[in-house]
Amino acid sequence: MVEPVVLWGRLVGAQIRSQLQYRVSFTLDLFGTFLISFIDFLAVLVIFHNVPRLGTWSVQEVAFLYALSSISFAFTDLVIGHLDQFPQKIRDGSFDIVLVRPRGPLYQVVASDFQLRRLGKAAQGGLVLVYALAALHVDWTVGRIAMLIVMIPAGVIIFSSVWVTGACLAFWTTDGGEFTNAFTYGGNFMAQYPIDVYGPWLRRFLCYIVPLGFVCYFPALYILDKRDPLGLPRVLQFSSPLVAALAAVVAGTIWRGAVRHYRSAGG
Amino acid sequence: MIEVEHLSKHFVVRRGRFRRERHVVEAVHDISFRVERGELLGYLGPNGAGKSTTIKMLTGILVPSSGRVSVAGLDPSRRRVELAKRIGAMFGQRVQLWWDLPLIDSFELLRHIYRVPEHRYRSSLERFREVLDLDPFLHTPVRQLSLGQRIRGELTASMLHEPELLFLDEPTIGLDVVAKQRVRDFLVEINRERGVTVLLTTHDLGDIERLCDRLLVIDHGSLIWDGRIEELKERYGAERTLIVDLEEPAPPLAIDGAVVERVDGPRQWLRFRGPAAELTARVAAAARLVDLQIGEPDIEEIVRRIYAGERVRD
Amino acid sequence: MRLDWEIAKRGWRRYAAYPWATAAGVFTNSIFGFLQAYILLAVFNHRSDVGGYDAADTVTYVWLAQALIMTVYIFGWQELALRIRDGSIATDLSRPLDPQRYWLAFDLGRAPYHLLFRGVLPFIVGALVFQLNYPSPLEVVAFLLSLALAVVVSLGFRFLYNSAAFWLLDIRGVMTVAITVNLFLSGMVMPLSFFPDWLRSVAHALPFAAILQTPVDVWLGKHHGAGLAGVLALQLVWAAVLLGLGRVALRAGARRLVVQGG
Repeated sequence: MVEPVVLWGRLVGAQIRSQLQYRVSFTLDLFGTFLISFIDFLAVLVIFHNVPRLGTWSVQEVAFLYALSSISFAFTDLVIGHLDQFPQKIRDGSFDIVLVRPRGPLYQVVASDFQLRRLGKAAQGGLVLVYALAALHVDWTVGRIAMLIVMIPAGVIIFSSVWVTGACLAFWTTDGGEFTNAFTYGGNFMAQYPIDVYGPWLRRFLCYIVPLGFVCYFPALYILDKRDPLGLPRVLQFSSPLVAALAAVVAGTIWRGAVRHYRSAGG
Repeated sequence: MIEVEHLSKHFVVRRGRFRRERHVVEAVHDISFRVERGELLGYLGPNGAGKSTTIKMLTGILVPSSGRVSVAGLDPSRRRVELAKRIGAMFGQRVQLWWDLPLIDSFELLRHIYRVPEHRYRSSLERFREVLDLDPFLHTPVRQLSLGQRIRGELTASMLHEPELLFLDEPTIGLDVVAKQRVRDFLVEINRERGVTVLLTTHDLGDIERLCDRLLVIDHGSLIWDGRIEELKERYGAERTLIVDLEEPAPPLAIDGAVVERVDGPRQWLRFRGPAAELTARVAAAARLVDLQIGEPDIEEIVRRIYAGERVRD
Repeated sequence: MRLDWEIAKRGWRRYAAYPWATAAGVFTNSIFGFLQAYILLAVFNHRSDVGGYDAADTVTYVWLAQALIMTVYIFGWQELALRIRDGSIATDLSRPLDPQRYWLAFDLGRAPYHLLFRGVLPFIVGALVFQLNYPSPLEVVAFLLSLALAVVVSLGFRFLYNSAAFWLLDIRGVMTVAITVNLFLSGMVMPLSFFPDWLRSVAHALPFAAILQTPVDVWLGKHHGAGLAGVLALQLVWAAVLLGLGRVALRAGARRLVVQGG
């Protein structure tokens, strides 16, 4: 149980060491990622330049959502961002090499590329979070603090599940890699805003099918002690960890099915 | 070590952009063979013949459509992870090392991936460093290595966990003569000294000539030859070539039992069967010789004939 | 002229060869279209006009922007940079065909493909679900003209930041900054009409607006008569300026190649 984690640590550690070797380049990259990720927040600010509220949400509340979505996404990108290039790996046959080794294929693909600079986006999210929490007056209870801590890994798991599922499409379609963008960057974008602004069918999709609503929206309602504008049952606000677990199971199953298909339909 | 019985693999290919015209492609059709422990065999075939597909089925990458495969006593498609610990694979044109990391880091990581005990790893690495002369570039990032260096690194990587069986897909492709020789020496050593079974896919006939005891030839999905190289030469190479250098250029010699294949100035190539002595006497009688050589049947020639569809003569 | 046509055809074919990538792209564009449309529509719950746009204008803007992403190639393009990095540029420069002219012709062949196959479908999706604004026939002509100019401005910009490859080993940093600035100031992230007044004026003067905002504004009928002629002229000016700067960079880069040896 522990050994795969230790191995992952080694695999990732070797890459971190190699990236840190080029101090200047790395720092610039990190800083660049940090700055550029602010563009999305600028968009939020531009919107609120024109209106006082988005739906029932104030700018600080949206900033809160935005920050948590950013942080969760950044960590997801950090760990499994390599999946962006998965279609390419399938196309040029490098996935086969993974199958000749005595470890799980997803584990290997994910551990093979770890770009530390992606933390720049998490740092940006962190700053926005500080602003949001300072501006909002959260009634901090133990429960709320726990929720704040738990929602990030839960968010990462949900985002990862969506991303892995999207990446599986690369097994079936040759250039379908681009479909994943709708899930990954689309998912990030979706989660930055309160889902009550989206039309009814899209909202339902985001709650029950691709559960991105559980990355920030529901936990945020609890933390901010906000009345759910959608009037959904309160229990949903505590369901992120469960949803994350379910999402992981679904994604894992789809992935295994996809690998099975790859192994019978031909590399 | 390897047992293959009536192995087949077909693919459903969809032609056209979005339209679904199904074609069934028989990549591998009913092939059977056995490989004993310790053999060094070559696997030859034109492109698209089914070589990679076979290898993929042997290594567990691909699941067969029908037939039985057993590698080291295991079914590759069912016991992939277990088998992976006992086999090594190297694909000449694909990189299995970590691109941005120093070579030694790749070795260390693989050691952990395969869970090789430290002392075994150290002694293996020691040997490979010596045999393949890895020290000059052991700490260089893989992306900065020359092809020859990278191949040596890849070979080491594939052997670090002391596999019983090694699959090599075009290991010498693109290498210069010296590098090729080094690789071949290495393969001979691990096969003869360590008893590692080696299955070598290659287009390089020099590899075949120098390394392989036995040859499997596949074409259009079917196994068309399985046997020792000497046998191959005998069956196909019943004809040999006598190369004569005459004192001066002359029209093609008319000699009984020989056919002039080629003329280049004073040199002529005569194809013949049977003992050379008699023919040589006849040639000497017919023209003034300066020198002569007897060319053994060239593997390349034989393989070319096989590919061209000449049936094996019984 | 004949040569340009051949090159343009090649541009078309290059992207037509990957139908699944196109389908996936249409899907992604549609998803983003929905998201952004809803988000911006929420703004109109509080007011009926933002910077001269009403709700229908804004939603039309969103779907047009999604439809035109690939046509005006808002995201990263580094074909030229790759050729510079691997040295093939030396061969290109030794030929009698000017590289900038080549890429311009190529892009002008590529753009119609993307307009038809990455543009029309997402727009139809949006049109089916939302209430959009449509131009008059004359405005369509103006729109197409503006769009063509936008493609040229875009190519000029891309060519320029790609030429940084003559001096930098890896243009990834330059490209990221270029794309980010372009995304923001072209109106891709948000229509420029939403920006605060001071930022909007600045943005309209820059070439990035010419890449997306201008053609969309023409479609929405925001410019008439002299105003229309004015924005089209501005696009033309930026096209000329960027292409001109690109030529300067190309010449400087070529000289550097000769000195350095590639």
